[in-house]
Amino acid sequence: MNQTKRKRRNQKLAFGIVSMLTYLIVLILILMLVFIIVRGIGVISWEFLSTAPTDGMTGGGILPAIIGTLYLIIGSAAFAFPIGIMSGIYMNEYAPKGKLVRLIRMMTNNLSGIPSIVFGLFGMALFVNKLGFGDSILAGSLTLGILSLPIVIRTTEEALKAIPDSFREGSYALGATKLQTIGKVTLPMALPNITTGLILSIGRVSGETAPILFTCAAYFLPQLPDSVLDQCMALPYHLYVLATSGTNLELQRPIAYGTALVLISIVLIVNIAATLIRKYFANKVKMN
Amino acid sequence: MKRFIEKIIQGMLTVSGFVTSIVILLIVLFLFTEGAGLFSKPKVEDGYEIVLNKKNDINTLSAEQIKDMFDDKITNWNEVGGKNQDIVLFRLNDITNYFAEEELGEQLEHVPAKISELISQHEEIIGFIPQEYIKNDFAGKRLDMGNIKFKDVFFGKEWIPTATPISFFGILPLITGTLWVSLVAILIALPFGVAAAIYLAEIANHKIRDILKPVIELLSGIPSVVYGFFGLIVIVPLVQNIFHLPVGETGLTGSIVLAIMALPTIITVSEDAMRNCPRSMREASLALGGSKWQTIFKIVIPYSASGITSAIVLGIGRAVGETMAVLMVTGNSAIIATGILQPLRTIPATIAAELGEAPDGGVHYQALFLLGIILFLITQIINSSVEYVSAKNKL
Amino acid sequence: MNKIEVKNVDFYYGNFQALKNISLEIEENKVVAFIGPSGCGKSTFIRIFNRMNDLIPETHLTGTVNIDGIDIYQKGTNVDALRKKVGMVFQRPNPFPKSIFDNVAYGLYVNGIKDKKYIKQKVEESLQGAALWDEVKDELKKSAFALSGGQQQRLCIARALAISPSILLMDEPASALDPISTAKIEELIWELKKTYTIVIVTHNMQQAARISDKTAYFYLGEMIEYDDTKIIFTNPKKESTQNYITGRFG
Ligand SMILES: Nc1ncnc2c1ncn2[C@@H]1O[C@H](COP(=O)(O)OP(=O)(O)O)[C@@H](O)[C@H]1O
Ligand SMILES: [Mg+2]
Repeated sequence: MNQTKRKRRNQKLAFGIVSMLTYLIVLILILMLVFIIVRGIGVISWEFLSTAPTDGMTGGGILPAIIGTLYLIIGSAAFAFPIGIMSGIYMNEYAPKGKLVRLIRMMTNNLSGIPSIVFGLFGMALFVNKLGFGDSILAGSLTLGILSLPIVIRTTEEALKAIPDSFREGSYALGATKLQTIGKVTLPMALPNITTGLILSIGRVSGETAPILFTCAAYFLPQLPDSVLDQCMALPYHLYVLATSGTNLELQRPIAYGTALVLISIVLIVNIAATLIRKYFANKVKMN
Repeated sequence: MKRFIEKIIQGMLTVSGFVTSIVILLIVLFLFTEGAGLFSKPKVEDGYEIVLNKKNDINTLSAEQIKDMFDDKITNWNEVGGKNQDIVLFRLNDITNYFAEEELGEQLEHVPAKISELISQHEEIIGFIPQEYIKNDFAGKRLDMGNIKFKDVFFGKEWIPTATPISFFGILPLITGTLWVSLVAILIALPFGVAAAIYLAEIANHKIRDILKPVIELLSGIPSVVYGFFGLIVIVPLVQNIFHLPVGETGLTGSIVLAIMALPTIITVSEDAMRNCPRSMREASLALGGSKWQTIFKIVIPYSASGITSAIVLGIGRAVGETMAVLMVTGNSAIIATGILQPLRTIPATIAAELGEAPDGGVHYQALFLLGIILFLITQIINSSVEYVSAKNKL
Repeated sequence: MNKIEVKNVDFYYGNFQALKNISLEIEENKVVAFIGPSGCGKSTFIRIFNRMNDLIPETHLTGTVNIDGIDIYQKGTNVDALRKKVGMVFQRPNPFPKSIFDNVAYGLYVNGIKDKKYIKQKVEESLQGAALWDEVKDELKKSAFALSGGQQQRLCIARALAISPSILLMDEPASALDPISTAKIEELIWELKKTYTIVIVTHNMQQAARISDKTAYFYLGEMIEYDDTKIIFTNPKKESTQNYITGRFG
C-alpha cells in the first residue's frame, strides 16, 4: 500500500513538473506577445503606417519599410512559387520513385537547414556581385525566394501525395494526358494545402533579416523605390536598426515597439489564415 | 503541337525538380571560391610590406610579434632575440617627421628614395610601407611574411579583422562563442522541450493539444529580430540584475533567447518520436502495474531516445545558425570566452556585423565567407546525420 | 468462492455499444475460454478485468465487475494495484526493447521492488514458470528481440508471472505463433492453472476444447452461452453456438 502511494505521489509530482514546464513555455510566449502588443498598440495609427520616418528615424512612420517588405514578399513569391510548385509536381508525379526522389528530398531538407545568414552571403556573392544586381530588391527577392523554396516544395509534394491515385486513374481512363490530369485534377485538388504552405512561406519571408542585410536592405531611405534595382527598407531590418543603432535609441523605442507589433501581426495573420484555409477545406472535403 | 508543348512543360518540371540541388551546388561553389581565396592572401595587409634595416639580425618575425610592436607592447629588439635597441616604428605618414615637404618632391616622386634612405640609416627601425613605394633599388630588408595559413585561421586565438599592419583571422574565439551560446541554449531548452513533448504526446487530451500545437507553431513563426528585440529589452536587464553584471549582453542572454527559439524544433521532433512508441509497449507496461508516469519514463522515453537525440541535434543546428537574435543580445566581444556570463560572439553574428564593412573581394570579406563555409558545413553535417539516423530507424 | 463476478455489464466505445448486458462468474484456479467470431467483443471483455479499456478515450462501462469480492470499477480503485493482481498477455508478443532479464524484472521494478537478490530469484522462477528458463538461462543479458516469436511470447508470460498475479488474462496468446510454439504455450497454460485463474481468448476451437474448463461464446457483443467446456463443445443449448463450433460460420 505504501508502495502504491509512493507511485501515485511520484506520478503526481512528475506530471505536475511536466505540465508546469509546458505552461511556462506558453506563459513566456503570451508574455512576449502581450509585452509587445501593449507597448506597440499606442504607437500604431494610420499616420504611423502611412508616412516615412523623419527626424533621423526618431519620428514619423514606417511606410517605406512596409512597402519594402511587401515588394520582397511579391518578388520572392514570383520566383519561389512557380519553381517550387513545379519542383513539387516533378517529385511526386514524374520522378521515378526511389533513390532519385530521396536524393532530391534530401537536398531540399538540407537547403532548409542552411542558416539564413549563409543565404545572405550567397545572395551577396551571386546576385549582388557576380550578376551585378547590386544591393537591390531584385537581389533581395531572389535570395529570399531561394530560402523559401524548401517550404513551397515540401508542401506541394505532401499535398499531391495526399491525393489518392484513383483520381488520377479516373482521369487517365477518360483519355487525359498526364499533364492534363495534373492541371485539371490533381493540382486543383491539392491547391488548398499548397496554399497553406505558400502563406506560411510568406510569413517566413516577411520576418527574415539576415538574408537581406547585404543584398537589399537600406538603413534609411525615406523615398519609395521605383525600380527593382533600387534598395528598399524592410520591416525586420528596420526593427533591428531601431533597436540597436540610429541617432537616439530612447526616442526610437516607441517606433521599434510599433514596428515589432506590425511584424508580429503579419505572423499572426499568416498563421491564422493558414489554419483557417486548412480547416475550411478539410470540412469541405468531409462533407463531400 | 500539343505533344510538343507537353514535352516542353515536362522539361521545365524536371529542371525545377533539381532546383534545390542546383542551389546547394551554387552555394558550395560561391562560398568556397570566395572563402578559399583567403589562403592565397598575404598575412600583411594587402599591398604593404614590413621592412627592416639590413644590419638588423632579425630575419623573421611572427605576426603576433609585429602586432605587439605596432601596439607598443614590444619596444626593444632584444625582446624578439635582437640587439638591445629601442624599436622605432615607421608608417608612411611618419615620413614628414623625417623630411621636409620639399624634399619629397612636388608629385611625391622622391618618396621611395627617401624611404629607402631612411630605412638604411636607422638600424632600429621597422617600417610598414605600401609596396608602390618599394622600388628595385630599395636599400632595406624586406620581410617575407608569407600567406595566411590554415593553422593561422583554425588554431588562431585572435579575431582582429581590420588591424594594421596585420589582421588576425583566428576563429577559435568565434567557435568557442558559438559553442557556448548554443550548448547552454540547448541545456536550457531541453527540460522545457522534452517536458512539453511528453505533455503533448502523453498527458494532454485532444482539446488541450489542439490549442497548444498552434501556439508552438506560432513560436517558430515569430521573426528572429522580434526575439532579439524582446531579449534586448527584457532579458538583457534581467540577466544584468540577477547576476550583478556590468552589462547584460552576455552569452547567457543569447542562450536564453536561443532556447526559446529552439523549443518548437525540439518539441515537435520529440513529440513525433514519442508518438511512434507502439501502443503494445505502453499497454504491456501498464498491464504489469506500471503507472502512467513509469510507462512514460521507462518505456516511452527510452524507446524514443534516438528521436529525442535528433531533436536535440536539430535544436543545436538551429541555435548554431541563428543570427539576428544572437547579434542583438550577446555583446559580440571576440575574445575566447571562458564563461557564459561574458559578452561573446558567434560565427553568424560576426558575419552579420562585419560583412557590411568588409570591402568586396578583400581579405576580410573572404574570411567572412570562410566563416560561412564553416557554418554551412556544421549545419549540413547535423542535418545529414539526423537524416541518416532517422532513415536507419525506419528500416 | 468466485474469483471474478461480472454483473450486467454494458460497454461503449463512444456511442457504439460493444458489450451488451453481460453477467458471468469465474471460479478460482479454472481456465475459462472466450470464443466467438472476430469483432464480437472478446478482447473488449477481457480488457475489462484489468481496466485496460480505461486507456481508450471516450469509453464507458456500466454494471459491476468484482474481483475477490471487490468492485474494481468503484471510485478510488487503485488501478496499478489491480493490474499487478491481474496479469495480461497480449495477442502479439510485445517484449520491451530491453534485455531478457530486464523484461521479466520490469514489473518488479515498477512495483518498487529493489532487492537485487529477490529480483534475480524471481526472474529465474518466472522464466521457469514460463518454460523458458532452460533456453535462455545463459543469455539473460541479450536483447529480448533476439528471441523467436514463440520464445518472445513465453517471455511475455514470464514477465506477467513475475509480479505474482492471481489472475492471468491471455488475449489470443498463440495466434501469432507456429504450431510447435502453440503446443508449448498450451502445455504451459495447463501447468499455470494450478496457481492462477486464467481467462483466455482464442479463435481456435480445438485449443479452447483442450485447455479450458469453461467456455463462453460471444456474438455481436452478447454472451450467448457460458457453460462447462465439455457441454459447449458436445451439447450446446443454443443453435448459434452449435453453428459456430461446427464451423458453419465465423
Ligand atoms: N478502440 C476502439 N474504438 C472503437 N471501437 C472499437 C475499438 N476497439 C474495438 N472496437 C469495436 O468493438 C467491437 C468488438 O471488438 P473486439 O473486442 O476487439 O472484438 P474481438 O476481440 O472479439 O475480435 C468491434 O466491433 C470493434 O470494431
Ligand atoms: Mg480481439
